[in-house]
Amino acid sequence: MTTLTSEELERRFQEKIDENQYIEPKDWMIEKYRQNMIRQISQHAHSEVVGMLPEGNWITRAPNLRRKVALLAKIQDEAGHGLYLYSAAETLGITREELLEQLHSGKAKYSNIFNYPTLTWADIGAVGWLVDGAAIINQVMLQRASYGPYARAMVRICREESFHQRQGFEIMLTLCRGNAEQKEMAQDALNRWWWPSLMMFGPNDKDSPHSAEMAKWRVKRETNDELRQRFIDRVVPQADFLGIKIPDSKLKWNETSQHYDFGQINWDEFYNVIKGNGPCNRERLKARIEAHEQGKWVRDAATAYANKRKNKAA
Amino acid sequence: MTTQGKDNQWLLWEVFVQSKSGQPHKHVGSVHAPDAEMALLNARDTYTRRNEGTSVWVVPAQSITASTPEEVGAFFDPAFDKVYRHPTFYNVPEGVKYL
Repeated sequence: MTTLTSEELERRFQEKIDENQYIEPKDWMIEKYRQNMIRQISQHAHSEVVGMLPEGNWITRAPNLRRKVALLAKIQDEAGHGLYLYSAAETLGITREELLEQLHSGKAKYSNIFNYPTLTWADIGAVGWLVDGAAIINQVMLQRASYGPYARAMVRICREESFHQRQGFEIMLTLCRGNAEQKEMAQDALNRWWWPSLMMFGPNDKDSPHSAEMAKWRVKRETNDELRQRFIDRVVPQADFLGIKIPDSKLKWNETSQHYDFGQINWDEFYNVIKGNGPCNRERLKARIEAHEQGKWVRDAATAYANKRKNKAA
Repeated sequence: MTTQGKDNQWLLWEVFVQSKSGQPHKHVGSVHAPDAEMALLNARDTYTRRNEGTSVWVVPAQSITASTPEEVGAFFDPAFDKVYRHPTFYNVPEGVKYL
């Protein structure tokens, strides 16, 4: 076997990606690709895990059993999705312990959207409809991302998430068909979740720091702005159907572009939340760390039980 | 196999699920667990929440031996030049059926 120069290895790596092949865990890869994939996949995993917190608030207060079992199943899915993604990240040579440590120390990020509070039951509807709706648009693209384990996890996740968005829309629809106060709740939730949902797609293309490289490596196959536009085009008619108003005075169908025009996103708010100053940043991290620490006895007990069984068998 | 450690996240197990009777088991991902029995339960909860499986295997990841990508050319080389292993290598006269 001949040893290849690093230029040759890099060239072959890029060729493989350009030919729409997938990179697998044991394949040679550019170190920066590895680091970027760890960052992106773990951020994604952390988002699934932290995403359980705002919804968990409402399990005991769900208005009926149907809503409660649906919400529980959704939250359980988010835990599962976190696990698929942690596993995918681990194939790149980082341990689960390190990943959790990065989340708990605040070194790793998770999606900004989960730093907003779920104040009313309508927020659970808006989160499913808008937040999961936005996530699905991003994740459909990622099903063909160049890193094999990540792409495969995305396929599973997309298959499971379509119910999340529907259950959210159903909650909104029920409220919108209810009395005036219930419809007002739905409108209020839309008012608060609309702009943060648009921010989920990340900065405008010209200000997106990782975009060019991630496009070259076939992780991002479409740009932030393209995905955001698709989301808006899909959601506006749904809001019309619900009979509630999207809080954007500039929102208007553009006959020429065949897309909706929309107003300016408040990026100062976006960067402020990323820096840790959103309404719930501290609360979310605190709850996550507490959950991990309070779950220690479960991990200890499982370990003790496994050891006991092993010793018995020996 | 050690299950000690400060913040122990246990061993890694690869999970294979058979989706329907008669189908092969297919790799779906992995789980962490302190032993095989709990790995099975975790695999069930993680990968078959929607009746995706009729059977699950869990295998300690460290027990799997895999071919190495760098040597993949030489490794599969013996099969490269054996076109006579395929039916298309053989001539079938016009009009001959069921062959």
